[in-house]
Amino acid sequence: MLTFTLRRLMFAIPTLLFISLLIFLLVDLAPGSPMSQIPLTVPPEVRLKIMEAMGVNEPVMVRYLLWLKQFFVVEPLVLWDHWFSTEYSAGMQRIVSWQSRSPVMDIVVQRLPQTMTVIGTSYVLGVLIALPIGIYSAYRQYSWFDQLGTFIAMIGFSVPTFFTGLVLILVFAVNLHWFPSIYDTSLRVTDWASFMQQVKQMAMPVMVLALYNAAQISRYMRSSMLENLGQDYVRTARAKGLTERVVVLKHVVRNSMIPVVTVIALGIPSIFGGAIITEQVFRVNGLGALLIGAIQGSDLPTVQTLTFIFAVLIVLFNLIADILYGLLDPRIRYD
Amino acid sequence: MTNAPAALAKPRSQWADVWVQFKSHKGALVGLFVFVSLVLFVFIGPMVWTKDPTFINPDAVTMIKTRNKPPSIEFPLGTDQLGRDMLARMMKGGQTSIAVGLTAMVISITLGTFVGVMAGYFKRLDNALMRLTDLFLALPLLPLLLVMAMLFRAPLSKAFGPEGGTFLLIVVAIGLTSWMQAARVVRGEVLALKEREFVLAARSIGTPSRRMILRHVLPNVMSPIMVAATLGIANAIITESALSFLGLGFPPDFPTWGRLLFDGAEYIQQYPERVIWPGVAISLTVLSVNYIGDGLRDALDPRIRGR
Repeated sequence: MLTFTLRRLMFAIPTLLFISLLIFLLVDLAPGSPMSQIPLTVPPEVRLKIMEAMGVNEPVMVRYLLWLKQFFVVEPLVLWDHWFSTEYSAGMQRIVSWQSRSPVMDIVVQRLPQTMTVIGTSYVLGVLIALPIGIYSAYRQYSWFDQLGTFIAMIGFSVPTFFTGLVLILVFAVNLHWFPSIYDTSLRVTDWASFMQQVKQMAMPVMVLALYNAAQISRYMRSSMLENLGQDYVRTARAKGLTERVVVLKHVVRNSMIPVVTVIALGIPSIFGGAIITEQVFRVNGLGALLIGAIQGSDLPTVQTLTFIFAVLIVLFNLIADILYGLLDPRIRYD
Repeated sequence: MTNAPAALAKPRSQWADVWVQFKSHKGALVGLFVFVSLVLFVFIGPMVWTKDPTFINPDAVTMIKTRNKPPSIEFPLGTDQLGRDMLARMMKGGQTSIAVGLTAMVISITLGTFVGVMAGYFKRLDNALMRLTDLFLALPLLPLLLVMAMLFRAPLSKAFGPEGGTFLLIVVAIGLTSWMQAARVVRGEVLALKEREFVLAARSIGTPSRRMILRHVLPNVMSPIMVAATLGIANAIITESALSFLGLGFPPDFPTWGRLLFDGAEYIQQYPERVIWPGVAISLTVLSVNYIGDGLRDALDPRIRGR
């Protein structure tokens, strides 16, 4: 198991390097890159100065290596300094946003809590809804509950989140006035009233994402349960005279959870991607909104760094899913 | 003995068999019906309903008078903020959305099948191609699509015209970022097929690789490809409308369902129906395509029926 983990880690490094190069080159060499958008009326020496100030007068490879150094050496050092109040990163150049002229990572740290609260709550809620539905649908296969569950799950992943979001705004914000349609980031939770306000403003984005996640996970849970319910050990357990409750909840659910846990781990990075849209619908001031703003403002360092962070998340959770699978299922032997 | 063959029923072909199975899946039948009606509405509809979807009345007074109309006989779905007929815009938008879905699906399936067959059939290529697939699977797709849309939209619009350029960009971008699942499935099937006796037989009579793939391998991996294709349409339509919804898809003069939704979102308080129509159209299309995919999967692979 350890050698497998190490091997996967070793493979993750070239993967990440390749992805970062791809993102860097794609953004940098594209014909629409903002460096070509300095007006032609600007005199050449001023143009050179502008390019120098933005740090884009160097060749691509030099800038790529510099960015790599900033991302993998300088930024972790800054974090280290921040935590342990040391001075290792003093005087080092960080990745700076072209829009706000402040370090990209500082903005990311500012935006992260909003994204994390909304996404985290919705994912946990989605899983909590999905598991019982999946279990019961499989246990009573083809019952009306199962049919209804299948139908709702189908709707859940067919209806795009931006439409569900708008419908919820229409129903709960415009018609019923229950929830605000715009997320207030500056709200501080200090007492019960502000806590209720926070719950209210989180309700709709969380509902949208939770429905979408629950739809997918409940399907996986159901088919995994169905596979296990037909196994011999279930018949043995029943023959021993165990109660139905113990058979299903102790034996079948436990074994069915193995693939589902990995699916849950694999789904985490993709909901960060999905949250880009939901954040846009509800004006949540999170990472997705930061990315969209940076794209519209041609802020290349922010776009490159954020996209790469998303890639790191995907690679990381793939790794976690693989390791979890190996740990949970003793039949899987990687070495 | 001599007339025994006549007593046997005519053998059904494989696809007739699939159709019989497909028909027994109610959801898939309804899905097929809904999808066909949507396609007819979108492509045949404009021949019946001949209003120009981009027509803005040049007379400013008439234009202002016909703005934001509720549904009426003249405008069955009302008009938008510039007095354009919503029904005609829905049809035009649907044409683009469905065309994007189909074209992107063809690109991604072709690419996925090619990579999958190559990786499964030629052992030398397997490792390299699968590493490539893994790499693509680790890419953050939506952010990358957004970046591609931002960077390549202007130059491509210049080269191919605003509509053609954006269409090309979106279709190619979606195709390039969604072939991996198909490649993996096809590779698995090809690997299993290679162990079968008929492949051995074909090889032992000296069939060259090219004919081997075209005659023996490809026809036998058609079923997973078809399932992947239907799911690919749904995925492409959702991705296109998401891009349009984020304002990075088609320009406002060329309506797509996603673009209409994006335009309608600003007026959601006053005219909610402008969000509802395109949203329902997208959802119905994706839902019906997903049901068709479900039915096809059941019909093509009896082992997983009912899962």
